[in-house]
Amino acid sequence: MNAVELRSISKVFVSGTSRVVANEDVNLAAKQGSIHAIVGENGAGKSTAMKVLFGMQQPDSGEILVAGKPVRWRNPTEAMAGGIGMVHQHFMLAGPYTVLENVVLGCEGASAFQPIAFERAAARLRELGERYSMPVDPEAVIEDLPVGIQQRVEILKLLYRDSKVLILDEPTAVLTPQEIEALFSNLRRLRDEGRTILIITHKLKEVLALSDEVTVLRQGRSVGTIETAKASAELLAEWMVGRKVVLDVKAEQASALGAVRMQVAGLRLDAGRSKLRDVSFQVRAGEIVGIAGVEGNGQSELLRALLDPANPKVLEAGRIEMLGHDVSSWSSAQIRQLRAGFMPEDRHRDGMLLDEPVEQNLLLGLQHHPRFVREVPAVGGVIRSDALDQALERAWKDYDLRPRAAGILGRGLSGGNQQKLVIAREFEHDPEFLVAAHPTRGVDVGAIEWIHRKLLAARDAGAGILLVSSELDEIFALSDRILVMFDGALVAEYRRGQATPQELGLAMSGSSAAKGVGA
Amino acid sequence: MKAIRPLLALILGLALGLAVTAFAGENPWHVLMVLVKGAFGSRYDFGMTLFYMTPLLFAGLAVTVAFRAGLFNIGAEGQLTMGALAAAWMGIAWPNAPVGISWVAAFIAAAVVAGAWSGIAGWLKARRGSHEVISTIMLNFIAASLASYVTLYVLKNPESQNPETMAIGASYQLPGLPGFPDAPVSVALVIALVSAGLLAWIFERMRWGFELKVVGQNENAARSAGISVASTQVLAMIVSGMLAGGVALGEVLGSAHRFKLGFSPDYGFVGIAVALLARGNPLAAIPSALLFGALHKGTADLDIETENVTRDLALVIQALVIATVSAEGLWDIVDRRRRKKEAARVAG
Repeated sequence: MNAVELRSISKVFVSGTSRVVANEDVNLAAKQGSIHAIVGENGAGKSTAMKVLFGMQQPDSGEILVAGKPVRWRNPTEAMAGGIGMVHQHFMLAGPYTVLENVVLGCEGASAFQPIAFERAAARLRELGERYSMPVDPEAVIEDLPVGIQQRVEILKLLYRDSKVLILDEPTAVLTPQEIEALFSNLRRLRDEGRTILIITHKLKEVLALSDEVTVLRQGRSVGTIETAKASAELLAEWMVGRKVVLDVKAEQASALGAVRMQVAGLRLDAGRSKLRDVSFQVRAGEIVGIAGVEGNGQSELLRALLDPANPKVLEAGRIEMLGHDVSSWSSAQIRQLRAGFMPEDRHRDGMLLDEPVEQNLLLGLQHHPRFVREVPAVGGVIRSDALDQALERAWKDYDLRPRAAGILGRGLSGGNQQKLVIAREFEHDPEFLVAAHPTRGVDVGAIEWIHRKLLAARDAGAGILLVSSELDEIFALSDRILVMFDGALVAEYRRGQATPQELGLAMSGSSAAKGVGA
Repeated sequence: MKAIRPLLALILGLALGLAVTAFAGENPWHVLMVLVKGAFGSRYDFGMTLFYMTPLLFAGLAVTVAFRAGLFNIGAEGQLTMGALAAAWMGIAWPNAPVGISWVAAFIAAAVVAGAWSGIAGWLKARRGSHEVISTIMLNFIAASLASYVTLYVLKNPESQNPETMAIGASYQLPGLPGFPDAPVSVALVIALVSAGLLAWIFERMRWGFELKVVGQNENAARSAGISVASTQVLAMIVSGMLAGGVALGEVLGSAHRFKLGFSPDYGFVGIAVALLARGNPLAAIPSALLFGALHKGTADLDIETENVTRDLALVIQALVIATVSAEGLWDIVDRRRRKKEAARVAG
């Protein structure tokens, strides 16, 4: 029997004169007691379809069936009462409150004046945590918890409400390989109990490893549903993109290594949980150095140090050389005038002006570059608008930025195209040294291939590239050397082809069996 | 649609304000006519409107600059007080300055002092994280007290019963605008208009304008792009204060020729309304300032021309315009309605 079913759901978003068809004739049926994966590129309509199912969006047409009966949610509260729960990609938790308060929020009791039975709720939460081996401390404050645990709280929230259908939107995006494994075994257990899991993801490996059935969406339409056992990554990718896709870009070892492009020695920071412990390494021309590691082990701190080394809150001690300069005491403004590109780890937070047109986004970080700004004595920097237009042309032509329309706002681009914009912009520096932090995060399958090729081409043209990624596949595909970061320190180093995923996983979890660097 | 929203908001605010007069037993149409006639009825009336427009434009531009960097400068009132005081002090301390140099000297004094006054708030924000709304409001009180002290004890005009300073040197007086012989509007208006044009150019074409925008919209992106958030914000506050100091030109140099306590009918606060209505666009601040200037002048006649309504109506209308302009949510409702209709049409 189908636990939930979407029948020819359509949803159009209209703003001003533009119409965006998010869903058109989407059909999807998830069997009770199964794990059903929903895959598709960014903007394919996965999240919209799930939000319709969860009552956050009202469909323009089509039907929702729960346990065979048509329903019509006016809001998520009704959907929750109907046994449907959703864990959003960006968690819906109140940071300053405790786990218990967050779990109870929304189902405190019948009356607003009735005291909340916190003790009973805590006991029930503990019991649920034990039963599903997802223990949490009900009194812990959310913002002090790592994301993996926060996600656990989100899932417990649904179980506390006894949701029969659990929707998870990109649940693995923030998790470590170990946490992903734990999450999957928990989800399997929930399924075996008779609950239905709908999981949105863009990682095909996870789909194949976890789900019973897959529905593929492309450009707002459902392409089809297939039993996972009969599917392959290649087939799913083809359905998603509409053409054959090369999933693994094969790269050769870098040929000849050139001069040192970037070198750090003894980087140290000790600010609460943010730590760098004596980090030293170099990046030479013509190589990609990949920093692997579970997120939150010092990668963000390292990236910040490279951009703002003079700030004592960012870097307490250590020496950074970049493109032949000792930049240890440079401001970020000075560093941004080097021939170096920086793709930030979070492009929305650090790399874009979402409410500005693409042209203005292309200028970000290039506002001192002579190609874009003319220095007029006694007046200051005057922006060359023709240079911006040319850069936009290049972004369209060489970086396949879409849509090809001037004046389109940053937030109007899909995730993949936002990243292309960032890449196009950082390549405007003609970088001899490039930092690529999570270059394909939230980027669709077709664009991943393209971005990887671009990075390899830059390497072959002689740039030194520092890649930071939490995706092991990406680290393996691109890195000529892999450094593993754990608890603020570099704990292992491998050459291309030396390490197995198992070895790397061990090193990432801090096991001392891994090879030490220079030790 | 989005571009004419402020205009619709304005009309709505004005209509609501006039509707209120009906409750006071007036004919709204009559009130509107009094307003229009009072503001534009004669050459003198229009000159007075332009006279009021001048400080409002300076104050509006001041708020606009800070706004672009993501700062809310509530302190234009205190800054323009300090600027006017400084200009008067210059005109008293160096009464024989040659014509021309006198104007520049007075303007520099006003801009430096007002800019520094505002810069304090910027510095506190960058250094200590103090919110600029709080610190600029507090600085307003200090400026008012300081101005009282200096006017009454340091630069007092011994020949007057009014709380005002001695007169500035004759060479400091700005020429009036030709064509408005009786109204005190001076070339300060031209300087304000040029400032608006210059600011628009800086916003559009200069790196600094770009950096202001980046800092105002996304501080993290600014940092990653190598833009110092702290120094950009401090500079934005200083420039904002300098523009507020420009008020001294029309008021001290252009008309009163001295510093009078309480000369400003809250120009600094109405400047916020001017900037809000202009949506942070320096060129749009020109018609916006003209409108609020006209409102100020037009409502002055209400005391005489109507039975039950006073010039306080200007405040009511200002408040309603600010409320309607800032009611983004109102437009969202309108949009949602339209979307729904559109969607129904598409689906059907």
